[in-house]
Amino acid sequence: MTEFKAFSKMKELMTNYYIEAKTTKEKPIAWITSGAPVEFLFAMDIIPIYPENYAAMCAASHQSVELMEAAEQAGFSQDICAYARTDFGADITQGGPAAGLPPPHFLLCSTNICKTVIKWYEVVARKYNVPLFIVDTPFLHEGLNKDLIDYTVTQFRDLEDFLSEFIGRPFDRDRFYEVLALSQEAAEHWRRMLYLGKTVPSPFNSLDSFIHLGPIVTLRGTKECVDYYKLLYEEVAERAEKKIGSIPEERYRVLWDNLPVWFKMRRLERFFEEKKCTLVVTTYANSWGGMSNYQVEEEGDPYELLAASYLDVYINWGFEERIKYLAQLMDEFCLTGFVMHSNRSCKPYSVGMYRLQEEVSKLTARPGVVIEADQNDPRIYSDAQVETRLEAFIESMDSI
Amino acid sequence: MGYYAGIDVGSLTADAVLIDEDGKIASYAVLPTGNNSQKAGTEAFEATLAQAGLNEGDVARVVSTGYSRARVREAQGSKTEIACHAKGGLYLFPDVGTIIDIGGQDSKAILVGREGRVINFAMNDKCAAGTGRFLEVMASALDVGLDKMGDLAFESQEELTISSICTVFAESEVVSLISQGKAPADISMAVSRAIARRTTGLAARVGVTDTVVMTGGVAKNRAVVKLLSEDIGHSIKVPDEPQIVGALGAAIIAREGDGG
Ligand SMILES: Nc1ncnc2c1ncn2[C@@H]1O[C@H](COP(=O)(O)OP(=O)(O)O)[C@@H](O)[C@H]1O
Ligand code: SF4
Repeated sequence: MTEFKAFSKMKELMTNYYIEAKTTKEKPIAWITSGAPVEFLFAMDIIPIYPENYAAMCAASHQSVELMEAAEQAGFSQDICAYARTDFGADITQGGPAAGLPPPHFLLCSTNICKTVIKWYEVVARKYNVPLFIVDTPFLHEGLNKDLIDYTVTQFRDLEDFLSEFIGRPFDRDRFYEVLALSQEAAEHWRRMLYLGKTVPSPFNSLDSFIHLGPIVTLRGTKECVDYYKLLYEEVAERAEKKIGSIPEERYRVLWDNLPVWFKMRRLERFFEEKKCTLVVTTYANSWGGMSNYQVEEEGDPYELLAASYLDVYINWGFEERIKYLAQLMDEFCLTGFVMHSNRSCKPYSVGMYRLQEEVSKLTARPGVVIEADQNDPRIYSDAQVETRLEAFIESMDSI
Repeated sequence: MGYYAGIDVGSLTADAVLIDEDGKIASYAVLPTGNNSQKAGTEAFEATLAQAGLNEGDVARVVSTGYSRARVREAQGSKTEIACHAKGGLYLFPDVGTIIDIGGQDSKAILVGREGRVINFAMNDKCAAGTGRFLEVMASALDVGLDKMGDLAFESQEELTISSICTVFAESEVVSLISQGKAPADISMAVSRAIARRTTGLAARVGVTDTVVMTGGVAKNRAVVKLLSEDIGHSIKVPDEPQIVGALGAAIIAREGDGG
């Protein structure tokens, strides 16, 4: 991990966030998916809790296996996303970091990341006997269009009504617009930071961005989040300016597609550093540079802009868009190759990967490799298998 | 005269090859890996030294490969099997374009470019379907020696199919075929066909070129080679000792001073 001064700040932010969520008496708690329009919650002073983020923390601290086993014993299939299984297990055993999540008063789920979350949140809704609001964001088979935006905006209006009824006061538009602006500002700092990866050598690596992702996922829409990413941006910009790379010698620059392997972060980091290879950019971390990121003052209805930004995310795109985007990143970031993590948990992210690999390789004339792993389940991971494939890929790549 | 060695420690066998300054093979060894991969690598290396009447001091550089490449004590560098099979395959067949290597844990297809450079490769996914391990399990279910499986298949009279690609499920299919009184020869043929079919997909992904070479232990199974060749619609060349190609490639890389 690259040493950033901002790191301790982030730990403090995340700890305070969880402490407040676990101890609050006044504020309602909503469990929410990572791609849901959280701005509506902050506008009504509701604390959003992200089970996905929590599940990742469990895996990164090597606690996911026992939690998943508890879920499997309770009858959940091994084929369900490991995030869901980890959270079910934490809920059943009240285990995991900080002994589980604070119970929800209601749930907000959006399908722009996957359809698993519908069933997942239905299970939680039944267990806690709380309402579930689903924002249905259709898959963009052929790009964004007005109908899809209108369809989503209607649901935003319903969400406002739901919240206002649930909380017992009118929806606070003024506060909502403030939150939108904060959200946008944080996302823009994050995006600019990620794009500093274009510098050769890259001042940070994707394993850093996976770690620094916490606040943009969980706190976007708050002032603290803006301050944090401004700080991080400045620190990274200074490194970029001075041409300080994230590893001592950078000979290869690659893209990482899909979620990280949370329980192998350190080992993979050492592996790539030894091979003089920087993971420069990831479609995953980039997603939060796009969501909520548009000019609020811009012409147009903020609701439509918000809808567009939540629909228009990588994991909600069809093949052609993904291919174009990957090829564009390969060029913009001067990459020598790309790694695709075929993630057993995350089907919508991994489906069609071999075709993507072939097409992107052809378009860019640079090699790519597909590795089979999982973001949270170490039981299906094999160091030797993954590393042999990665090593052979690096051997076959032209250096910069 | 300086010598160079390659040591390939895989799941089933530990192989070593010694070459001399001019790149000529001086000796080689294929030994079972057993449960101590480090020791197996050492033993294979020592066997080649003994055969050639040399000492470790006569060897200028050693490169390791195979799944246990990081645990080979004698090696100064290591390379993946993919790079090594490409080099070794090119040495034996200078016009090679496609290499199909099926070892114990992995099956792979490699597209080889000039000077043995890997242009593209495809490997089996996580599971053991289509690897040599699959054959090992089926041979033991049939109670037939690995080295007999191929010849036995050629005596097949009746066409059977094994529909599952999962090693565990396929094994129970084989067990049930045995209990139905099906002939071992027919079952052996069905097993070979299952492997060949899995591998065809890999070969297609990297491309079938004018010269296709098959390496790794499974190349010793004549039935698999024949069926695979029918499936890809192209003849397949097999070296005399397909299992040493990885170690040979590693020795060549050692001689080139590479394998950092
Ligand atoms: N004499 C033989 N005849 C046919 N197949 C064999 C023979 N010996 C080994 N095999 C096959 O080769 C595989 C091992 O190949 P090898 O290249 O030695 O693998 P590894 O590098 O993993 O040790 C075995 O799993 C088996 O299926
Ligand atoms: S399936 Fe994928 S997008 Fe859905 S919750 Fe799991 S990791 Fe996230």
